[in-house]
Amino acid sequence: MASYNVEDSLSPDVLKDRRHKLPHSSRPRYHSRVTDLAPLPFTTRLWFAWACFFRVLFDGLFAARAFQVREPPLVESPPEPVKLPEKTAPEKPAVEKPKEADSTAALQLLALLQREGRLVDFLQQDIATFPDAEIGAAVRVVHEGCRKALRSHLDIDPIRSEDEGAKVTLEAGFSASEIKLTGDVKGKPPYRGTLQHRGWKAKRIQLPKLTADHDSSILAPAEVEL
Amino acid sequence: MNNRQVVGIDLGTTHSALAHAESGTEKAKIDVLPVLQLVSRGALEERVLLPSFYYAAHESEGAQSLPWDSGRSFVVGEYARTRGVDAPSRLVSSVKSWLSHAGVDRRSALLPLGAPEDVEKISPVEASWRYLEHLAEAWAHQFGKDHELGAQEIVLTVPASFDAAARDLTVEAAGLAGFEDLTLLEEPQAALYAWIDAAGDDWRKYIRPGDIILVVDVGGGTTDFSAIAATEENGNLSLQRIAVGDHILLGGDNMDLALAYLARKKLLDEGKELDRWQMIALTHAARGAKERLLSDASVDKLPVVVASRGAKLLGASLRTELSREDVQKILVDGFFPSVPANARPQTRPRAGLTQIGLPYAHDPAVTRHLAAFLGRHAKATEKIQGFSGKPVGSLLHPSVLLFNGGVMKGSALTDRIVSTLNGWLESEGAPPVRVLPAADLDLAVARGAATYGLVRKGKGLRIRGGTARAYYVGIESAMPAVPGLEPPITALCVAPFGMEEGSKAELPPHELGVVVGEPVRFRFFGSSVRRDDRAGMELESWKEGEIDELSPIEVTLPADGRMEGDVVPVRLEASVTEVGTLLVEAVALEPQKPNERWKVELGVRSQAGEISVEG
Repeated sequence: MASYNVEDSLSPDVLKDRRHKLPHSSRPRYHSRVTDLAPLPFTTRLWFAWACFFRVLFDGLFAARAFQVREPPLVESPPEPVKLPEKTAPEKPAVEKPKEADSTAALQLLALLQREGRLVDFLQQDIATFPDAEIGAAVRVVHEGCRKALRSHLDIDPIRSEDEGAKVTLEAGFSASEIKLTGDVKGKPPYRGTLQHRGWKAKRIQLPKLTADHDSSILAPAEVEL
Repeated sequence: MNNRQVVGIDLGTTHSALAHAESGTEKAKIDVLPVLQLVSRGALEERVLLPSFYYAAHESEGAQSLPWDSGRSFVVGEYARTRGVDAPSRLVSSVKSWLSHAGVDRRSALLPLGAPEDVEKISPVEASWRYLEHLAEAWAHQFGKDHELGAQEIVLTVPASFDAAARDLTVEAAGLAGFEDLTLLEEPQAALYAWIDAAGDDWRKYIRPGDIILVVDVGGGTTDFSAIAATEENGNLSLQRIAVGDHILLGGDNMDLALAYLARKKLLDEGKELDRWQMIALTHAARGAKERLLSDASVDKLPVVVASRGAKLLGASLRTELSREDVQKILVDGFFPSVPANARPQTRPRAGLTQIGLPYAHDPAVTRHLAAFLGRHAKATEKIQGFSGKPVGSLLHPSVLLFNGGVMKGSALTDRIVSTLNGWLESEGAPPVRVLPAADLDLAVARGAATYGLVRKGKGLRIRGGTARAYYVGIESAMPAVPGLEPPITALCVAPFGMEEGSKAELPPHELGVVVGEPVRFRFFGSSVRRDDRAGMELESWKEGEIDELSPIEVTLPADGRMEGDVVPVRLEASVTEVGTLLVEAVALEPQKPNERWKVELGVRSQAGEISVEG
């Protein structure tokens, strides 16, 4: 069977388990470096920005280092926590190296959506100048085909079964990856709030198996009529 | 999986499916096999339906590898169906209709019709074999080599309308696929078994002694009717199939095409032309709109869009609309018109030149075909215990209705059939029909076949029936030749109506001469209405339409101890095998060794003028 359970690979419980299995020595290192960082006061920042302006302009090496810090490359140097300011929460343990996405499966899904619903054709075309009626007609082709492809290869369920707009209560221990808190986020659970989006979860994905000679980078072959 | 399985196979005109359950337990759970198949170039997927299409790949396409065969040159299943749209001259479809087409040699490599020279053509028998072979391979892939499909108890379904030759050829294809323990079952019966299984103990609430169950099966390519009577035997309910209809090549594909032509006309009126590819895409789009409009009364009209063929989706797509009114007019009134009970299908005068092609129905009205079926079999219950003595009308009076086939998903169509049928019944003073709630229409036949496999050895409810036709051999009367006048023919009954599996017909007293060493042919006839003819009866005249000519039968006596050219007197003896096929044998009157007999081949290719193909 070409199916694998998304939950196996994505569920936060599984991730948590993996974290516990990390060698203990590797954990506190990140931990301490993350907590060393404290936000600088505004006046210091003003002076530092001014100084940096000139050093960047005249010191090529410094400029190169600052440029690296500006956009942390995800894959090459993930253990540099300084470059990931959102990871500063002290109780959050360090994550493993981000997983490489499986490009074959992604390309396969894209090819499927193109074959059934012409999705790549649609996204590759500049639609700005077309009247809405024509876009609407094309969207029907895209929607019908992609929906069919999606439904036959994935089971997608809403995460919350309540109607959107309903009041919901979140008890302690809810999954942060399943539910995103927005607005006035503070305090301890239980949280009371309004469901804005039900969320979606892929319960099962089953993509076609590929034969050995299959080139998944071909999203749609060119067609030549004889 | 450890135990032997009972396997039900629906070898359909447009789709095939396989259901199975553990043998020996009547209440075993029935599973449907997910059939691994190519769904696009180089991509394999499991689907419960295997589209019955065969595509002969071009050498430029390379091997069509499957996990169990890396060098395959052809495709069966979903990819064959979709690839065939791009290259139609290499596609084989509607094999089952070819298998029942008496006008061609069904063992000769003739498909795809009009294929280019580099295509290795196959026969209808081989194509059927390929579909069964694929199911067997997918089965072995799923359950391992120790559990080959050929070693299981297989129930293979055939249309009720299949004649003896078409059944024989189906068994031949199954033999090629390695099926050893095989039984044939009529599809409408399988549909009823599936319904009984799904209804559980509730079925007694719906079916009572005295009921006549009409099964209306409209699939993608064919329409099939059967009538089954419910009688009481020793206090138990017993079912007996009393009538089957003709093989009507009319189905959902015709309906999609009709809607597509309407949509095409609308586009043409706007000055938009369609090429072949767009027409096929339009047919697909029309099918989608049809299914929605037929089943969802809240939708009034639906847009039908044909995407451009090139990568630019916008600016070149065609759009039109199909409305509820269109569907009502084209499908409901076109294919299911409200007609009186005495309406009959229109037949076109026979063309002078018969082209090789499928004998499609000339009249698209399913209701007219149904009226003809019920009219023809008005007296089907005359000899049935519990019914005899009851007055008969001008048509058979069904009291229960079961729908089957993908087309019957549309409530607008089933409603029309029910209202038309009830109109006929009312005019004869009969009560209206009760409609059985249908199970899964796509898989019912395969599931029902597996159910039959489970119950046939136990005490579960079985439908009896026997052969649905009486069979006759044509004997030319000796008379001086008159130009332009065919010599009159006598029909010698060799197999009576309703022969049960494993039974033998009486040996007719009539002697026939067979020349040693030469193939000798006999004209062969069948009747689905003459229920009382016994083996050995000779008919000199019959009513129009009572007896149909089938493809001829042929026997060759080996010279084996006799002089070549000698005439050997024989009698033709018919029996029905355990598999469910008719076996006709020539029995020597002066045997040279004990029990000397030769098998008579059914379904031999007809010669020009011998047979005419009609819808």
